Amino acid sequence: MPHQIANRLAEATCRVILGKEHAVRLALACVLARGHLLIEDIPGVGKTTLAHVLARVLGLQFQRIQFTSDMLPADIVGVSVFDQREGAFRFHPGPVFSQLVLADEINRATPKAQSALLEAMEERQISAEGRTWPLPEPFFVIATQNPAEQIGTFPLPESQLDRFLMRISMGYPDPVAERALLAGEDRRDMLARLQPELQADELAGLFAAVRQVHAAPRLLDYVQALLAHSRQGSGFAIGLSPRAGLALLAAARAWALLAGRDHVQPEDVQAVLPAVAGHRLRAADDAPLMPDQLARRLIEAVPLPG
Amino acid sequence: MSLWRYLAQTMTDTRLRPDQAGWLIASAAISLAPHVEHLPPALATICSLLLAWRGVIAAGRGRLPHRFVLLSLGTVVVGLVLLEYRHLFGKDPGITFLAGLLSLKLLETNSRRDGRVVLLLCFFMQTGQFLYQQGMLIAALALLGTTTAIGSLLALEGPPLAPRVRLAAAARLALQGIPLMLVLFVLFPRVQGPLWGLPADAYNRVSGLSDNMTPGDVARLSESSEIAFRASFAGELPPPSERYWRGPVLSLFDGHSWRAGRNDMALRPSYAPQGVAYPYTLTLEAHNQRWLLALDFPGDAAGLRYGTDFQLMSTEPVRSRIRLLLVSYPHTPVGLNATPRELREAMVLPAGSNPRTQALGAHIRQEARDAGDILQRVITDFRRRSLSYTLDPQPLGRDDADNFLFDTKQGFCEHFASAFVITMRAAGIPARVVTGYQGGEINPVDGTLVIRQSDAHAWAEVWLAGQGWKRIDPTAASAPRRIDGGLAAALPDDGHLPLLARSDLAWLRTLRNQLDALDNRWNQWVLGYNPARQKALLSGIGVTDADWQTITALMGGACAVVMALLTAWALRHRNAADALDRNWSMFCKRLAAVGLPRATWEGPQDYASRIAGLRPDLADTVNHIATEYAHLRYGRAGIGPAAFQRLQHVIKNFHPR
Repeated sequence: MPHQIANRLAEATCRVILGKEHAVRLALACVLARGHLLIEDIPGVGKTTLAHVLARVLGLQFQRIQFTSDMLPADIVGVSVFDQREGAFRFHPGPVFSQLVLADEINRATPKAQSALLEAMEERQISAEGRTWPLPEPFFVIATQNPAEQIGTFPLPESQLDRFLMRISMGYPDPVAERALLAGEDRRDMLARLQPELQADELAGLFAAVRQVHAAPRLLDYVQALLAHSRQGSGFAIGLSPRAGLALLAAARAWALLAGRDHVQPEDVQAVLPAVAGHRLRAADDAPLMPDQLARRLIEAVPLPG
Repeated sequence: MSLWRYLAQTMTDTRLRPDQAGWLIASAAISLAPHVEHLPPALATICSLLLAWRGVIAAGRGRLPHRFVLLSLGTVVVGLVLLEYRHLFGKDPGITFLAGLLSLKLLETNSRRDGRVVLLLCFFMQTGQFLYQQGMLIAALALLGTTTAIGSLLALEGPPLAPRVRLAAAARLALQGIPLMLVLFVLFPRVQGPLWGLPADAYNRVSGLSDNMTPGDVARLSESSEIAFRASFAGELPPPSERYWRGPVLSLFDGHSWRAGRNDMALRPSYAPQGVAYPYTLTLEAHNQRWLLALDFPGDAAGLRYGTDFQLMSTEPVRSRIRLLLVSYPHTPVGLNATPRELREAMVLPAGSNPRTQALGAHIRQEARDAGDILQRVITDFRRRSLSYTLDPQPLGRDDADNFLFDTKQGFCEHFASAFVITMRAAGIPARVVTGYQGGEINPVDGTLVIRQSDAHAWAEVWLAGQGWKRIDPTAASAPRRIDGGLAAALPDDGHLPLLARSDLAWLRTLRNQLDALDNRWNQWVLGYNPARQKALLSGIGVTDADWQTITALMGGACAVVMALLTAWALRHRNAADALDRNWSMFCKRLAAVGLPRATWEGPQDYASRIAGLRPDLADTVNHIATEYAHLRYGRAGIGPAAFQRLQHVIKNFHPR
């Protein structure tokens, strides 16, 4: 059963990432909905570990790119080198040619380097030397950024934030989880021992299962009402785009699958809405609201149809 | 919340979406389209430009113009209306003014409230088009406009949907209105006269015969294929050579044009009808004159007037289409006892006009033995001159008849008639010109005889002692086929001819016949539904001698019955989805009554878990109901009747305390 497989993945991840079940499930839903993930939080709360664990349990090829301010696009997509024996340029693929790419501290690179990655995310291929090189299938980017760090960083503009299906934050663990973390074994060792939880083809089966989760007309009404309110309601400066609407539905489907249902319910939409819409909405009065609060405002303003 | 804040909020909250603006623009365009024909060209252009401008804004380019711009544009519109009509009142200026205002209103419309105002204006403009035309096409256009406006109203209140879906919903609503429309149409108390025409407009722009004739007038009329009247014969049709429909009789001649002479009215015909009788129904289009264009010579009919020149007249001008039941007797001798004054009038020729024709008449008179002989000789003379019949004769100059008979020898029926009458008068025989229609075309679809403006004709009448007034058609002498075969047959092949009179376009004629027959039905049953027909229909269902109070009561009753039936139907067909919603909201209401209301945005499952936390005693039932409801509402299987009934049963028995 697809949802049992998906839950197996969630449990395996949660054994390493303690006390963060909601964030883990959101991250997993994001991957199952075939979207890229942005994790925004202070250092040391397990962002990188989460990306590592996901790559491991999903059995994906993994590459980590540490973004720095002196980085060039070629450091990401690859470079053409002159081969003297063949007398021609040869393209050496960069670290982006991986199934799961962890773009660590993406906001520390210049916009030029950022956009090289963001283009790859959108097109799922690399153009270099007049040729296009398809990226592996599946292809995910998990990017992290530190919101507290302001000096010498280049925050992603809205248009590029839009390419991430979800933005989540981890937060501190609760005391129980923190105790377990302190008392438990080294996370790096656990990571090394972690085995893939998926057989070959099972991931593709999961993707297909997510796509087949039923969205009833009444649910689509609800999603449309949410979108419409974000566009005309007085509370928002920027409404949700059609792409955001598709992202919302896709994420809600994955969430429903994780919950073991073959259909989407309004609760699923509401559960993923802060992660999906939080980085795409802006309050009209520029109130310094947390993303969650803004999404909450949207949810509570739109009654369920019927 | 203060009133001011409330107002401010409604104004910002209800900003129009692009799809709503699109609907409003489409409604306005469809409502204005039929008016383009009678709007002043400048204003029609301005209206379409304004609509296009609003369309561009709706597409997201540019902003709504400033109030000052609107005000100046409004002034321009008022100025144009004043320039065109000199005032702002009455039908034409009013409609023109409204069309401008509607287009302007769209340009300041950015809220739902304004949108509703625009739609009201649209409905009004759609009604307004019936002041000009009431044909089937206009009715169809109005139906389309109404449906679009209903769609716009739905779009204003609902979420954005595909136009096709929206239009389908609007069409359904319009369809549901049809029973009510039929009741109102059939039972609304009728008044005599046209339902839509305004009195002042009935005088304008109606083509047809007039009571004076200058050579060339009838030829111009013959270019029009507009229908003058229709006749459907109960029995056999008269032969083509007897299909003369009498219009104004012209006996006063000033050397150039002909005018009607004195014509006294009587309540009965001055002749005793005899010979073959042809009963028929005449459906006459409005022409704003009193003459009725009966087939020669109509028998006694109540309520009509008989002119001394044998015209059948109405008591007042024909301002709307009328139907008459008539009987005509073509072989009746008329004018046996003509008054000396009448005959004197028919002999007058202005001295010096058309000298050659007058000389011809005088010459024939000297040679002939008697009046009958004169007539024969003139006819023979005309025939020998090989005059030819043409739709566009060469210009004839001052002495029309002279030029026609001796020089160009080309003319239309009025030239023939005019020259003939002048010759007869010069020969001492009382003669006069009769105008009217000749012939007509049988529509094979419904068998009616259709007479168009192009069948307009002029012929002559001479008075012979003992025989009275006799019809002589000099055109028939030269171009006999005009009388037997209609206009097209009489003209040479290269003569230019109205498009629809040409015989080689058979399919076009067939199509036109079909449309005419359809149009005739529409006229008879929809536009011609008058008090008499209403009364007849009502007596058919057993309500005899209904006055307007009775009819109004009947209408109210029928409306109530239709509404009740529609309501019953709607209640029966409330689908399972609505029933499911009803049950769910009943469940929520019962929980609210014990202090556990559901937030409007709260999903069923979340609600259930919240209640389970607050009231563990209710947890099982509430969870069960919420899960079942969510499954039915959002599940893949839809709303299964069995599962729904089980849920309904559980909810019915759920009484939290």
